[in-house]
Amino acid sequence: MSPGLYKASGAGRTYTVPLIMQTLNSSDTATVRRIVAELKGRPGPLLEVLHAVQAALGYVPEGAVPLVAEGLNLSRAEVHGVVTFYHYFRTHRPGAHTVSLCQAEACQSRGAEALALHARKKLGVDFHGTTADGRFTLEPIYCLGNCACSPAALIDGELHGRVTPERFDALIAEQGKRP
Amino acid sequence: MSVRVYVPGDAAATSIGANEVARAIVQEAARRNTALELVRNGSRGACWLEPLVEVTTAAGRIAYGPVTAADVPGLFAADFLKGGRHALSLGPTDAIAWLAGQQRLTFERVGIVDPASLTDYVKHGGYQGLARSLAMTGAQVVQAITASGLRGRGGAAFPTGIKWKTVLEQNTPQKYVTCNADEGDSGTFSDRMLMEGDPFTLIEGMTIAGLAVGATQGYIYLRAEYPHAHRALKTAIAAAYQGRYLGADVAGSGRGFDLEVRLGAGAYICGEETSMLESLEGKRGEVRVRPPLPAIKGLFGQPTIVNNVVTLATVPWILAHGAEAYANFGTGKSRGTLPIQLAGNVKRGGLVERAFGLTLKELLYDYGGGSASGRPIRAVQIGGPLGAYVPPSQFDTVVDYEALSAIGALLGHGGIVVFDDTVDMARMARYAMEFCAIESCGKCTPCRIGSTRGMEVIDRILAGTDGERNVKLLEELCDTMVQGSLCGLGGMAPFPVQSALKYFREDFRTRTRQ
Repeated sequence: MSPGLYKASGAGRTYTVPLIMQTLNSSDTATVRRIVAELKGRPGPLLEVLHAVQAALGYVPEGAVPLVAEGLNLSRAEVHGVVTFYHYFRTHRPGAHTVSLCQAEACQSRGAEALALHARKKLGVDFHGTTADGRFTLEPIYCLGNCACSPAALIDGELHGRVTPERFDALIAEQGKRP
Repeated sequence: MSVRVYVPGDAAATSIGANEVARAIVQEAARRNTALELVRNGSRGACWLEPLVEVTTAAGRIAYGPVTAADVPGLFAADFLKGGRHALSLGPTDAIAWLAGQQRLTFERVGIVDPASLTDYVKHGGYQGLARSLAMTGAQVVQAITASGLRGRGGAAFPTGIKWKTVLEQNTPQKYVTCNADEGDSGTFSDRMLMEGDPFTLIEGMTIAGLAVGATQGYIYLRAEYPHAHRALKTAIAAAYQGRYLGADVAGSGRGFDLEVRLGAGAYICGEETSMLESLEGKRGEVRVRPPLPAIKGLFGQPTIVNNVVTLATVPWILAHGAEAYANFGTGKSRGTLPIQLAGNVKRGGLVERAFGLTLKELLYDYGGGSASGRPIRAVQIGGPLGAYVPPSQFDTVVDYEALSAIGALLGHGGIVVFDDTVDMARMARYAMEFCAIESCGKCTPCRIGSTRGMEVIDRILAGTDGERNVKLLEELCDTMVQGSLCGLGGMAPFPVQSALKYFREDFRTRTRQ
């Protein structure tokens, strides 16, 4: 059997399935290996590693999981379990800009729901979606600690308060001009 | 000497234009060939006046606000660098009534110092608590914290001294001090404001704790949603190492304490202490069964202090001024002060640090000025998404642990979210269940399944399907979750639902008839 494939059986049949569903290109592989090598000596390093991978690649690709697992002497299931437990880690490449809208109570009291509706319509995507042109990813977020200036949004790490639908449009237009 | 101008670098202030104001001030000063020193301080906490610009004059700090970038040329024209009159003049900052009446102990330096400067911190009384503690035994430090009456400000209100004592008594070579900075409750931002505005206070508090109980390593578990606080902490920790307040020889004591920040990854449950420890170990943030308590078997199986940011940041004040001075503030078993956060639909939102003992009414109307929308306040939620909704009929309640508990509410981390009369309480109840379903760690059934069932039952009530029967079912489900959940998430998520059913039943009934 060729490398990367293994046999599984079920319902009376035997399947040959790829072991690694998705492989990384050589540059991303090198990046992940470097991050793991750098951080693996630290106590409880997995979250640190995943943060570094996401910071470098923009997401935690499925193909990074076996590399991280191997490097940290964990099972792939353990790494996958951690990646999927935390909302912050994403397994798909995001748009050029990430727009997170707070959906928690304090923002709800100042119109977060209407703003979310407006944002979905404006960008033409639902929460967790990326626009067709790859420019924007829309995410819900639960509290940005800006509860006295609600509703709040986080755009590429920049916090914005008292975001009206008009202000949202202006912010999107401004981001649209950036690469 | 050039004039010192303060423009907050606090996340809330920058979210409404403080960076643009700072840029405009620098540009206008350059254009006018005027020298000034710009300091990006923390926020004074009056979010409704942000961006609040301050200038140092012979008469003290003079405030202007809320300032927009467009106001800046006008401020220069009015000679604001000398405290000149302008439409946005607020007079001396310390005399602004909203701030003047506060009792700032934990937040005594927030908004005042340059959060990036160790020198400024020391100049404003920083590290006096550590100096005092170095002259005491670990047991004496723990005793001082016990005597101060300080209770966990994260929400559980457990006496801090008792926790420390347990860790102190463990005979193991490796112990830890961990700071829970996973401030996920909606309506709370005191941790964030403190870490951004006076990070050295937290570092000092953790250092005192570590040296007192014999822990050599500290971790701050910070939520990923706080990039500004992350930067502020990293800068301050580096400066503290540089100044030898961290590392192998803390302040010449010959004893070591190391500290680092670890980032969470967007899981609300990691604010629960055992889940936070799992996460710090690099695992899924699943709740641990207690006992053993973290104080006995915590991080990596070792005795561990787990305290909230505000709790640890209060420690330096207590050590510097004495346990008795702290215990002199407050009422009943709630000693000291509480940084209360006024949030949501409130006219004058922000942080109010006062001794325990104010009523909700005083906070909401005297400080808060009523709702931002100008409509009547219909409900407030206290203590985050797991806190009860409180109706106006109970606004005479004193904001302390015992009084709120007596009316079936909880103080939590001290956040108060205001809603006006347009709020739909059945929807808010549904949201409580939805939030629990999104954030449940999945370890126990009442929380994992109960929250989803709760959402479905409320949906049926709202759709008018068998309303009365489903309301009864919802009440029973809430009871099961409260009694049967492993931790506070599933165990308290029903509180907002139950309070909405109790005080705002009409919102459920209206829909039932439709």
